Amino acid sequence: MFIRLQTMLVAIALCTSWASVSHATDSYYEELGGRTGVENIVDNFINEISYDQHIVTFFEGSDIARLREKLIEQFCKESGGPCEYTGDSMKDVHAGMNISTGEFNRVVELLQTAMDKAGTPQTAQNRLIRSLAPMRPDIIHR
Amino acid sequence: MSVAASLIMAAPVAAAGSRLIATSGVTQLEGGAGGGLTPWALISGYSDEGEASVGAFYTSVDVEDFRLKVNGVSASFDNRFEVSAAQQNFEIKGVAGDIRQEVYGAKYRLYGDAIYTDLPQVSAGLQYKRLIDGETAEAVGAEDSKTGIDYYVSATKVHLAAAGGYHLLWNATLRATRSNQLGLLGYGGDEEKGYQLVPEFSALVLLNDGLAVGAEYRQKPDNLSAFEEDSFSDVFVAWFPNKHVNLTLAYADLGSIAGSEDQNGLYFSLTSWFK
Repeated sequence: MFIRLQTMLVAIALCTSWASVSHATDSYYEELGGRTGVENIVDNFINEISYDQHIVTFFEGSDIARLREKLIEQFCKESGGPCEYTGDSMKDVHAGMNISTGEFNRVVELLQTAMDKAGTPQTAQNRLIRSLAPMRPDIIHR
Repeated sequence: MSVAASLIMAAPVAAAGSRLIATSGVTQLEGGAGGGLTPWALISGYSDEGEASVGAFYTSVDVEDFRLKVNGVSASFDNRFEVSAAQQNFEIKGVAGDIRQEVYGAKYRLYGDAIYTDLPQVSAGLQYKRLIDGETAEAVGAEDSKTGIDYYVSATKVHLAAAGGYHLLWNATLRATRSNQLGLLGYGGDEEKGYQLVPEFSALVLLNDGLAVGAEYRQKPDNLSAFEEDSFSDVFVAWFPNKHVNLTLAYADLGSIAGSEDQNGLYFSLTSWFK
């Protein structure tokens, strides 16, 4: 039973993975729910941050309307949507904050919660995480 | 099962560490963080930079003619260093008296982060094994029936969204060992006395942030002329409902053990992290 389930799952994973390889340039913007989906994710994300007593301290004095706009641009662009990111570089934004790896992970968790609450499919969630993960060296220990 | 029950009842209240869920790995047969059979480069628990993690585990493998029960504890610091202590109780059907072995493990992360660095996370570790009941090992021709040390290097990598949008993890471990059946039948034998290098592999897919399915393979030495020793393999489901608990179920194929062929059965493991 386990073996059969396992074989099935691996087979499914392989099939879908081949499919994704052959469409590697495809965007997942639509999978995120397009403009509305990205806006929902960002709104939920900011909401989750505002309830995290530690992480919220990094945003004290931030212009939240601007943060929202730039995050929407960034997630839209990263997912292959029709947007340009007009915000500052990740390095500049996080300079002097001395963000730890633990704090970085906490924000990842808040984003995952935000996506869960927006009903974002697991595979689209994973793809957004994959797109954002390479920014980590520009964010932590700055 | 009473240990398992008490682990569940422990109702951990301390805050968990900062690493992402499931990056604790599960607990392997000798008490290290890994898959079920093989140690990985991941450091046990959820300790991130400057944090500590403490956990306890219970594992049972129930095959045709044998049962293996493992109890132990593990601690980690700074996502860098892991120590563990485990006691294995090996029960033989129809035979009075278990074979007990203690395993003390240490693991150090040398390089990388399984998720975030391009190259895999790499750790080196050792497992110091002390056979409490060495009579059987002596009787079957083990070179040493008291203590043995396994050394290993592991590489673990998570490829985000790599399997049709699902995260994929693999681990490769190279172990230098003299252990016969994990050490339960002693260390070294009449056919091969010294250390051998054996590979171990695992791969899994995360169906969501807390649910993994995968498979493992662990090659083992074959040191004793009295008994043939096979590799171990399994397919598993690992569930992480939160950062305090992991439940792993597997179907394990342990091959030939002490003359009994085709030893297959259910593997169950519960790990609880209190911090």
